[in-house]
Amino acid sequence: MTVQPAMPKCWRPETKPHKFCPGCGHGLVLKALGEAIDELGIQDRVVFGCDIGCSLLAWDFFNVDSIQTHHGRTTPVMTGVKRANPDLICIAYMGDGGGYAIGSQHLVNAAARNEKITVILALNTVYAMTGGQMAPTTMPDQKAETAPYGRNVEETGYPTQGPEMVAAITREGAYVARGTTANLKQLKSYIKKALQNQMEGRGFSFVEALSACPTNWRTNAEKTWNFVQKEMPKYFKVGEKKVPGAEEKEGQ
Amino acid sequence: MAEVTKIMLAGEGGQGVQSVAQILAEAADNEGREALYIPNFGVEQRGGVSIAFLQISDERIGAPKFDIGDIVVALSDRAIYRTKQYVGENTIFVYDTSIDIPKEDLPQNAAKILAIPALEIAKNELHPRVFNVIILGAVVAATKVVTAEDAKKAIEKKLGYKFEQNPKLRELNYKAIDKGMELV
Amino acid sequence: MSEKLITEEKRVFMTGNEVVAWAAVAAGAEIMYGYPITPQNEIMHYWTRLAPKYNRKFLQTEDELSAGFTTVGGVMAGRKAFTATAGPGNTLMQEPMSMAEAMRLPTVTIVQQRGGPSTATVIYSQQEVTMTTFGGNGEGLRIVYSTANHQELFDYTIKAFNVAWKYRFPTFVLGDGYQAKMRESLTVYDPEQKGIEFVPAEPYVGKPGTPGVDREPGHYRNTYNVEEELYEVLQGYFKDYAKMAEEVAEYQAFDTEDADVVVLSHGVVSRGAKEAVEQLRKEGKKVGYFRPITLRPLPEKELKELAGKAKKFLIVESAQGQFAKLIKDVIYGASVEIVPFFKPGVGITTDEIVGKVNEIL
Ligand SMILES: Cc1ncc(C[n+]2csc(CCOP(=O)(O)OP(=O)(O)O)c2C)c(N)n1
Ligand code: SF4
Ligand SMILES: [Mg+2]
Repeated sequence: MTVQPAMPKCWRPETKPHKFCPGCGHGLVLKALGEAIDELGIQDRVVFGCDIGCSLLAWDFFNVDSIQTHHGRTTPVMTGVKRANPDLICIAYMGDGGGYAIGSQHLVNAAARNEKITVILALNTVYAMTGGQMAPTTMPDQKAETAPYGRNVEETGYPTQGPEMVAAITREGAYVARGTTANLKQLKSYIKKALQNQMEGRGFSFVEALSACPTNWRTNAEKTWNFVQKEMPKYFKVGEKKVPGAEEKEGQ
Repeated sequence: MAEVTKIMLAGEGGQGVQSVAQILAEAADNEGREALYIPNFGVEQRGGVSIAFLQISDERIGAPKFDIGDIVVALSDRAIYRTKQYVGENTIFVYDTSIDIPKEDLPQNAAKILAIPALEIAKNELHPRVFNVIILGAVVAATKVVTAEDAKKAIEKKLGYKFEQNPKLRELNYKAIDKGMELV
Repeated sequence: MSEKLITEEKRVFMTGNEVVAWAAVAAGAEIMYGYPITPQNEIMHYWTRLAPKYNRKFLQTEDELSAGFTTVGGVMAGRKAFTATAGPGNTLMQEPMSMAEAMRLPTVTIVQQRGGPSTATVIYSQQEVTMTTFGGNGEGLRIVYSTANHQELFDYTIKAFNVAWKYRFPTFVLGDGYQAKMRESLTVYDPEQKGIEFVPAEPYVGKPGTPGVDREPGHYRNTYNVEEELYEVLQGYFKDYAKMAEEVAEYQAFDTEDADVVVLSHGVVSRGAKEAVEQLRKEGKKVGYFRPITLRPLPEKELKELAGKAKKFLIVESAQGQFAKLIKDVIYGASVEIVPFFKPGVGITTDEIVGKVNEIL
């Protein structure tokens, strides 16, 4: 018998086992998020927004009020909720296609306005829900349904560096980090800091999480983990990109 | 109006019902007949029952889906519950004997209910992977929509490249068809 | 590397999305711009596999706004450009298509309808009729073909490029998730061998010569200073549209002459409608069949005539009356009774139509 690790308290047991494929990274990101919510004791105040993408399968994932929005539009919907009721803690959860392609204008402008919401983005290098097309984050030469001969960087550019971009356009008060499902403890600490940043009203917070999609990568367990642990970090460097107060400290 | 044979195949994801439908459709097309095959698909596909609608005729086919099938094949308990609505008084209903389901939950209105031990034969005599090919054989025998020869040709077309590497696979698949045909 | 994808007429068996990709190659489409959405994804998948072999291009954009506007850019550069979308993507596509209407740009857009509103289902519907025919802010100066089977998907995708470039109205091929995903047979051919002449593309920008020196510069706009100016431009467009409509409107009909009930449908639903009417006629029932192939412009004359003859119109569609609204608008004032049979977002079978006709005969 395998011992089931305890579920985060804010998960909704009635909807478990969840609907993601076996080995999917979304479940891990949401585990880190669930534990962060539990530890901060904010289940009664969180509003969880999910995008259209495999994140939509999380619409009934938590025992928290949740809104499934449109593809790419989770950031503005959560911005709207937060502006109308600042007591709520608003989390926008999305994929890399939703955040960096169709929703990129919203990400850029919410960050530039320093909206006091938390965006969590699962980076799996593909459009997973629609069957594995190229995403803005597809790695150079990586094959995808719309890049059948591999991503040609001459024609389609290089993978989006999301946290680096957000860090560059946000002002003091923002929190920006890239974590990975290969290090859940660290990912949880990043998500926690991001939520705290929102709770303290400092500014925009953004956490990207490197995440697996074995279904569209067509990888077995070993290859999946190799890709997340070894390949992805070559291009996507894990760590905190912007921490409130850091700039002041630098000046001292 | 030309006779249309309406076939429904339903099972869990991974049981290969869509491949069976596609092979049958292509076999019919190769014979110069008309075939229309449409899978059901959706966001929750991963967790849901996989259904294939297939129609074969000598003339062009009308609406892609239908209300009542001539033959309905269900390969899991969920598939049985899901496909009941497509069973009418002229329907041959086929299910696998390994499915543990109360007799009264089978569609009582079917013309004929056939329980076939496809899974058992696949496991014990052939290979679990050719479970769906046995089903293919059973459907061919029950409906006679295509000949066994043409079904084999269609498989060859689809898996020929694999057979080249491993001729034993061809033999296995052909045997599975023959076995399936014997079950009906 | 062969020059042509299709060198001789042949029967094939494939999905509708594959048919569209083949037809676009056969029609001489030069570049596709697109963004993934079910159920049109495989058009892009097949196109990206075929394109490099036949010297065509592809760009995956960041969303459908961009896919539509890049298509606009593509045609203005003088290329046969197209895009494909569905559902919420079609919603976003309406802004660029509105620019195409304003500037009379020959874009080609394939729409594979899915359930709505919002994300709804990725499966099937006929709920994108209103948006595809009248989606822009304005009068909907566009051409929309509603196909019913793979042969038509092939024929009308080819035709769409020609009609768009001939009349310079944005042109749409309206399919649906069923047509996109199902497999059936069709005959593919090289259009030129069939005597179909390609209407040549022509650049709006980047023509030879120095603007202001060798030729007039191309100044294209969609904004006008005063009401009268816009009014005048639109009058010209309406005139062109009316003239085009007579040449472009298409329909299919049979057994309508003495029919008490005429079944009206479009797209994939008309397959079941056709079968139902044939079956009912065999039983000696006075039932007819009418199906517009163009939803914009509609075959108005024929519809009006029919509405003066038949007792009842049974309007069958996988939407809550979007097609019916188009029909009612055309036949306004006629005495025919309209009986709706609406199943929004759900397929309609032959038996259901037979049942409904028997109910109202
Ligand atoms: C306007 C619009 N365009 C396209 C789609 C189709 N669509 C649904 S999910 C998706 C991609 C999801 O990819 P990503 O955001 O990376 O999430 P993942 O599934 O990989 O987790 C797309 C393109 C849509 N729903 N709406
Ligand atoms: S398709 Fe990929 S991202 Fe979506 S649930 Fe499956 S593994 Fe996860
Ligand atoms: Mg993704």
